[in-house]
Amino acid sequence: MKILVMGPGCPKCEQAEKNVRDAVAEAGIAADIQKVKDFQEIAKYGVFSTPAVVIDGEVKVVGKAPSKKDVLSWLK
Amino acid sequence: MSDCGCSCQAAPKFVFSCSGAADVGEVADQAARGVSREGAAKMFCLAGIGGRVSGIVKSTEAAQQVVAIDGCPLNCARKTLEEAGFTEFGHIQLVDLGFKKGESPATPDNIQTVMRAVSEAFSK
Repeated sequence: MKILVMGPGCPKCEQAEKNVRDAVAEAGIAADIQKVKDFQEIAKYGVFSTPAVVIDGEVKVVGKAPSKKDVLSWLK
Repeated sequence: MSDCGCSCQAAPKFVFSCSGAADVGEVADQAARGVSREGAAKMFCLAGIGGRVSGIVKSTEAAQQVVAIDGCPLNCARKTLEEAGFTEFGHIQLVDLGFKKGESPATPDNIQTVMRAVSEAFSK
């Protein structure tokens, strides 16, 4: 599973990454988690505000940090 | 909202156009592009909504405000957004602005008229 956490590194983006990492750890799954800060790269996904989380190519959330519970539901 | 100065600060405003084949579709399209160029809102891809492209759909869900422009009463832009589950958006129908299909070329005056209507819709 490949997870992209998109955002330039502001507090909300950091929170999004933390919640993703916590959820992956809790789920006990293997996932490649990458941060994407480049806006050209982010825009390729049709994402125009951040933070955003993409799992295996599907954009799950845009414009807010998802909760750990949200992320866990996407990992199932 | 954080105050870090990044894109987290403000959700965008999006304008969608039917961009249909008729002259009124061209007027709608050019008006959306004009508004986007002026910076009042960003023109976004209606085809991405129709195709359920996840990034386009989720970005639209996160938008501060959305306005759709339809060139004719078939209301393809409005219906495309509604089919994707969007209900809260402004809608401009060019018939309501006096444009008749087949008799409304994409002249600068016509485009400006629609651009003004879009700006008004965003100010509501």
